[in-house]
Amino acid sequence: MTDRARVWVMGLSFVPLAAFLIWGISGLNAFGFYPGPYGDIINAIGDWQRHAWNMATAVNFDYRGFDTMGEEYIMFVSVVGVALILRERELEDKSSRTTLAESERADGVGVLSFVLLPIVVVFGIYMALHGPNTPGGGFQGGAIVGTAFLFAYLGSGHKAFAAIGKTEVVEPLEALGALAYVGIGLVALFLGDEFLTNYLPLGTAGNLWSGGTIWAINIAVLLEIGTGFLLATGEFLKEIQPPE
Amino acid sequence: MNPYQYVIYALLAIFATVTVLTRDPALQIFPYALYGMLLAISFFILQAPDVTLSELTVGTALIPFLVLVTLAKIRAREAKLKEGKDQG
Amino acid sequence: MILYLPYAVAVWVFLIGLYGLVTTRNFIHAVLCLSVMQSSTYILLLSIGFRRHAGAPIWSQTTPPGSPSVDPVMHALSLTDIVVGATVMALLLAMTMQVHRKTNSVDPRRARSLQG
Repeated sequence: MTDRARVWVMGLSFVPLAAFLIWGISGLNAFGFYPGPYGDIINAIGDWQRHAWNMATAVNFDYRGFDTMGEEYIMFVSVVGVALILRERELEDKSSRTTLAESERADGVGVLSFVLLPIVVVFGIYMALHGPNTPGGGFQGGAIVGTAFLFAYLGSGHKAFAAIGKTEVVEPLEALGALAYVGIGLVALFLGDEFLTNYLPLGTAGNLWSGGTIWAINIAVLLEIGTGFLLATGEFLKEIQPPE
Repeated sequence: MNPYQYVIYALLAIFATVTVLTRDPALQIFPYALYGMLLAISFFILQAPDVTLSELTVGTALIPFLVLVTLAKIRAREAKLKEGKDQG
Repeated sequence: MILYLPYAVAVWVFLIGLYGLVTTRNFIHAVLCLSVMQSSTYILLLSIGFRRHAGAPIWSQTTPPGSPSVDPVMHALSLTDIVVGATVMALLLAMTMQVHRKTNSVDPRRARSLQG
């Protein structure tokens, strides 16, 4: 199909699609008048049933924990796919590999990155651990930790990043994070309940270790997402490594 | 609806259009990062702090970085091919 | 009518992202347009769950459980999807690099047949 034909087909089919979507949104309630029961039910029972104060985290890891497990495995499979596609460069011989010369970095940038990297990693872990009580949780904290390791590359170049993100250490950690989520659910099966039942002691609401399995799954998700981002960015950075 | 919400929704629509209509990917990163920041602010106005934290990290730091690395690799490879073609 | 503006903005962002995706000349531009389309669903979900004069669904000493708040299920759906969507974008960019390695171009009109 030529380009002009494709643009015409798209233009002609946009009009019914737009009309259908507008008809769909006209059936919704007006903005700001949320009617539905589910949000109010969870807001009402979340505190006394699970002793957790962050309702979004409670929904993620307890009430809809099975869906979050599926989403986490999408992430795992994507990281495996990135590693699979990009590691084909190992098959090329070294002389024909494309390399990119590194630019000079100012000393101040290196020092600042060296100071900021542990601070941001600790901040990410803090945000992940306070998931059941305050805004945060495993996904947000894991994203912060995974992106914080880029400071090593920005400040000191590819050698520093390769020293931190060694694949022999990071890959087993990522597998451990993915396995821990399922493992926590399977222990519930061995105890006689359904998969992913909350069986740990609930604690008092507002405490750091509250919510039963919510804080355990939080830590597993933090490990998985942080190391997953580190692996994916490490593979990307190896594509533009400087010539030896 | 208070005026903040009007303004932020209008800005979202405008910045999404600008992001899509910028064809060169090296230039598209800037409106995309700005759109990500506006999304984070709009999620904050809609009383969703969890989603704000996710979107800030991912939309402003991670995706532009990956796009820049891809562009650098593609440009380095094209320069090397051109050099090979000039010599050979 | 003005109260339906947020939903209309979500539909507009979806359609403009789709237009960019169909008429693209560069795979990286296509990946970013796909990301814009994904963000339109977050806008729609969070606007559906909003309630006027209500706070966030997070309790604390100052907002005891039972204060008016917005829907937390939409927050849970959106925040996992944002982080996972970023990794899928990384996979798509890795595939772009692979296409360039095989066919030396990032133009979708060149990469017709399935090879490599």
